[in-house]
Amino acid sequence: MDFFFHVGRYFLFLGRVFSKPERKKIFFRNIFQEIGTLGVNSVGLVIIMSIFMGAIITLQMVYNLTNPFLPVFLIGLGNRELLILEFSSTILSLLLAGKIGSNITSEIGSMRVTEQIDSLEIMGINSAEYLIFPKIIAILFIFPFLYILSVFFGLVGGLVVGTSFGAISPTDYINGLQHAFIPYHFSFSIIKMLFYGFLIATIPSYYGYYVKGGAFDIGKASMSAVVNTDILILVFDLVLTQLLFK
Amino acid sequence: MIRVENLYKSFDNKTVLKNISVEFEKGKTNLVIGRSGSGKTVLLKSIVGLFEVDRGNIYYDQRNFVKMKPKERKNLRKEMGMVFQGGALFDSLTVEQNVGFQLKLFTNKTKQEIAERVSFCLDRVKINKESFKSFPSEISGGMQKRVSIARAIVLEPRYLFCDEPNSGLDPETSLVIDNLIHEITIDLDMTTIINTHDMNSVMRIGEKVFFISEGKLQWEGTKDEIMKSEDKHLQNFVFANNMYKKYR
Repeated sequence: MDFFFHVGRYFLFLGRVFSKPERKKIFFRNIFQEIGTLGVNSVGLVIIMSIFMGAIITLQMVYNLTNPFLPVFLIGLGNRELLILEFSSTILSLLLAGKIGSNITSEIGSMRVTEQIDSLEIMGINSAEYLIFPKIIAILFIFPFLYILSVFFGLVGGLVVGTSFGAISPTDYINGLQHAFIPYHFSFSIIKMLFYGFLIATIPSYYGYYVKGGAFDIGKASMSAVVNTDILILVFDLVLTQLLFK
Repeated sequence: MIRVENLYKSFDNKTVLKNISVEFEKGKTNLVIGRSGSGKTVLLKSIVGLFEVDRGNIYYDQRNFVKMKPKERKNLRKEMGMVFQGGALFDSLTVEQNVGFQLKLFTNKTKQEIAERVSFCLDRVKINKESFKSFPSEISGGMQKRVSIARAIVLEPRYLFCDEPNSGLDPETSLVIDNLIHEITIDLDMTTIINTHDMNSVMRIGEKVFFISEGKLQWEGTKDEIMKSEDKHLQNFVFANNMYKKYR
């Protein structure tokens, strides 16, 4: 019953979020602020993670695919496909759900327990729309860029580590990256990123918006928000792969 | 004037407000008093619509708030100002941005006009100019309450609600806040409702006092009548402090 209660309240909550903004100028200003807070502040983490993951995937390929019957360029190709299809979309989103999700839940949760949300309501402002709608737009806008950035730095990480360890020549690696490239894989992951971005923006917002109590409860809400967002990202990965990747 | 008729409110089968009927007069400071947990805050939050009532009606000058559509409620709320127990200032905005927030959102005033109005309201609550650019976390609790009052009156509301405005403040600052709310109520001819359990506030500004006990309206009168009341519940509450026993 608890599950259905939350699902029902989540959709009612979304109904409140997607309302006409009070002032367009302020709405757009809030979107730019959120792009900075939630998106640009994540760029460093995305780059570092992607470089290391690209490098590790390449090394694993080198250690596990060393076979005289397999061409060396497969290492570059494998790295590219893993990054484009899963790592830079799904795994990255799982990690960003932790960073951005907990940030959103604790911010909105703190506003709830300190009566700042009540204060907005008393002013005649739709607090759900004012606080959360700009976050959704900002995340949907920035996520495809973070994905592209992650793919790029993952490939660079693989190239640097693969060649510096002498496992693969730059030419073979780049040949692998260019071999049998299917642009749809890229579009497929961008579509996934938009779904994941929506989940990362709305589920933690929902948990923060309805938190009751104090600091301890905000911590619990943050944890539940991240766990549930991660689970839903994996469910959506499965469903979208089945739907879009036949 | 705000009139509450036969109000009931419960949470998880526990009835918190039981058949409350009161009338809060315009241009007066109406104080709602009672022990912690007596239902004061629930009453206030029900009146402003933060809690949906189970039964009963709330009239804002003949307009029934309970039966209003969301859009009508939204418009009415622009006539309300509220001072929360903890101030509830937006911690990401400076003092002047907090006060000017509604002006930016709901009026077509220029930047200059907004700055002038903000400055006027902050002067009214005696906040010095050096604090205008400070964030709420950088100013004292008393100043936060005063900024909160400035924010509540910036659109010249017809109704002002204060939820324990003196909680956590020293007696001197409490006096300043009480006098400020009283002055503003008279100046702007507002209907002001203050939740408090501070008897000093009652004796200073309690033009009309409502005593709530266990979710029921137990007694109502003026600050002068409170000392002569024979109501046992009220006596227990008021004379918990020996000073008032001596005063009586």
